This record gives sequence, structure tokens and C-alpha cells, in this order.
Amino acid sequence: MAGVGAGPSRAMWQQVLLLLALCATGARGLYFHIGETEKRCFIEEIPDETMVIGNYRTQMWDKQKEVFLPSTPGLGMHVEVKDPDGKVVLSRQYGSEGRFTFTSHTPGDHQICLHSNSTRMALFAGGKLRVHLDIQVGEHANNYPEIAAKDKLTELQLRARQLLDQVEQIQKEQDYQRYREERFRLTSESTNQRVLWWSIAQTVILILTGIWQMRHLKSFFEAKKLV
Amino acid sequence: MPRPGSLPRWAAAAGRWVCGLLALLLLVPGPGGASEITFELPDNAKQCFYEDIAQGTKCTLEFQVITGGHYDVDCRLEDPDGKVLYKEMKKQYDSFTFTASKNGTYKFCFSNEFSTFTHKTVYFDFQVGEDPPLFPSENRVSALTQMESACVSIHEALKSVIDYQTHFRLREAQGRSRAEDLNTRVAYWSVGEALILLVVSIGQVFLLKSFFSDKRTTTTRVGS
Repeated sequence: MAGVGAGPSRAMWQQVLLLLALCATGARGLYFHIGETEKRCFIEEIPDETMVIGNYRTQMWDKQKEVFLPSTPGLGMHVEVKDPDGKVVLSRQYGSEGRFTFTSHTPGDHQICLHSNSTRMALFAGGKLRVHLDIQVGEHANNYPEIAAKDKLTELQLRARQLLDQVEQIQKEQDYQRYREERFRLTSESTNQRVLWWSIAQTVILILTGIWQMRHLKSFFEAKKLV
Repeated sequence: MPRPGSLPRWAAAAGRWVCGLLALLLLVPGPGGASEITFELPDNAKQCFYEDIAQGTKCTLEFQVITGGHYDVDCRLEDPDGKVLYKEMKKQYDSFTFTASKNGTYKFCFSNEFSTFTHKTVYFDFQVGEDPPLFPSENRVSALTQMESACVSIHEALKSVIDYQTHFRLREAQGRSRAEDLNTRVAYWSVGEALILLVVSIGQVFLLKSFFSDKRTTTTRVGS
């Protein structure tokens, strides 16, 4: 308790700030940095009739203080979701903090793209933006305390509901697996067919060109009176 | 007299106390979570992800390359001080478990810088701590009944089933991507080779003919 700890005071306050920030953020999620006009895309391969919920939060980099500001109004993120056929399912502008939801109607690779369309960043941020992202799919997207409150379920009933949701997700994934296996089989059979036809066609072309070459050269040499 | 630029004694003590309290709060294993993300890594690019982790949390990082080139990627995991906890080059699939030794921001990066023109699709699953409990106030005083503990074990078993299904789906996607590549390559190759065959055989004949047309004038000169 003497003045011994007064030395590394700046480091200590930074640590306090970090711990405060950790406590304050609550949702301790994954984050990454994105440039000004950069577009980041994420792929979710999901069966049909599956709900996907995405939560994001953005923070702007303050060049002078060299720290990320906790929250900045006026920043916007454009979220675009495409289904496996390339059709746009969701294309909306959200604020600096947002939550987007969509339900898949065809099984396959859905692409979720995020990009910032804020011009303020160029002036203040030095081009860097921190994005906290959390994507929950299917059963993980359910909010069980909310469901328990809405349907007034007891603890055991809630657990049973969770197990039912999980089993339903497993069943959907298995159906999707059957669909994928069929596609894989069709692709392999198509390759097999192509290789078969190609080898037959190659042999025919080879024989025909050989015959043509011999006949042409024979008539050429006969004309030149060398044969 | 405190040194210029340093804190007075009471402030230093208060600061340490606040620090300790906050650290204690964070040490209490709070709700963790898992982040499962599939993203596209362009060629010659490196993408990094960060997460703030409390000390003592058990974390697992699993990644798998789904499409692209030789299906390999460089992965690197660093702790808040920059010390490298995990580093592997050109790995197709791996899983790494560690316990966070200090509070702070952990960073992991995937690099495709060794590849010149193939972009890769990478899946990773970063599990931090335990999954959040079903009920907000899960610190129960009474033990679970038999039904409830049976439900909990079924839940854990189903979670591992879902995990295996995900890995199976990724491997199948990899196989299917290779099969589709093969299919396109066979199509282009067969058309290309047929054309080359025709061009070469016709070209040979005309080249041969041209030899004999030139030699005709030279043979008469040699003869005389």
C-alpha cells in the first residue's frame, strides 16, 4: 500500500479500462477489422426451413486517441444475403448495431455479405472499423428463456423442447445430406459418361485422321511420281 | 512527495482494488459460446479474427478448408502478448485446445499468402468456455433430478451428433467440389484434345508436302 505501485500506473489504468470494456460489452463475441469499402462475405451451408440470426456491432477507430470508440451513431452496414441460386433474399441497410434474420427456403450455400457504406470513416477512422459478429443457425437461434416465458413451460418441459429442436435439426441435416449425396452421384456419373464418350470419340478421330493422312500422302506421292 | 507523473498513493491503491475486483468478476466463468464461421479467403490474403477471453477459460479452435487449390491454409493463434500458441503451415484440418493463461485479446489468423491464384473457403469453430446454461439463474442449490440429468446427457450427446454431422458435411462438400472440378476439367480436356489432334494431323501432312515441294528443285541441282 506504499507508493511502490505508482510506477507502472499507465499500464494499470489501461488494464482497468480493458477489464471494464470486457465487462461492459456483455456479448463477448468474435470480431474482425474491415476496411472502408471492403466487403466481407460469410457462407452458411444450411438445410431448408432453417432460421439464421445474425447480430453485429461496429466500432470506429479513433486516430487521435488510438482506441476504438465504444459506439458511433451514423455508421451504417449494408447486409446482403443470397440463396444458393444467387437470388437475393435480404438486402438491407442497418445502423451501427443491428440484427438480421432470414429463413432458408432452398438447401445449400447461403452467402451473407457485409460492407460499410459510411463516408465518415475516411475522415475520422483512418479506414479501420471493428465489427463484432455472431451468427446463430437453427436450434442455436432459439432464445429458450423467452420461449419458456411465452409458453409458460416448466424446466423439464423446456429441456424437452430443446431436445426436440435439436433432433429436428439433425433430421433436417440428414435430409439435406441425402440431397447432397444425390448431386454428388449425378456429378460422378456425368464424369463417367463424359470420359467414356471422349475415349470412343478420340479413337474414332484417330483412326479417321490416320486413314485420311495415308490416302492424301499416297495420292500426293503418286502425283509427284515418287511412288 | 509523489514523483511527477505518478499517481497519489490512494489512487494507486483504489486502482489496484478495482482491477482486482474486475478480474475476479471475469474469473467467474461467465456464459461462453461458440462461433462457427465459413468465409472466403482470397489468394495472397490473410484474415484475422479476435476475441477477448478471460483467464482460465478453456477454448478450442477447429478449422477445415472446404474448397480451393490443395485444400490447405496457414493458421496462427497468438495470445495477448503476441506469443504464438499455435502455428501450422499448409494444414487441411486441425483442432487445437488451450486454456487462456491471461486476460486479453486473443488473435487467430488464416493466411493464403502462399497461393497465387486459388482462393479458399475456410470453416472454423472457436469454442470459448461452456455453452450458456438453459436458464439464466443456473446456479442451483438442489441437485438435478434423474429426469433432468438424463435430459442433460441427451443434450450433450445430441450436441456431439450435430458436431459430427457438421464435419461430415464439410468433408462431403470437399469431395463434391473435387468431383465437380474433375467434371469440368474432363469436358475441357476432351474438346481441347480433339481439336489439337485434328490440327496436328492436318498440319503434319501439309508440312510433309512442303518438304517434298522444296526438295524437288534442290535434287535436280544436285543431280546435274
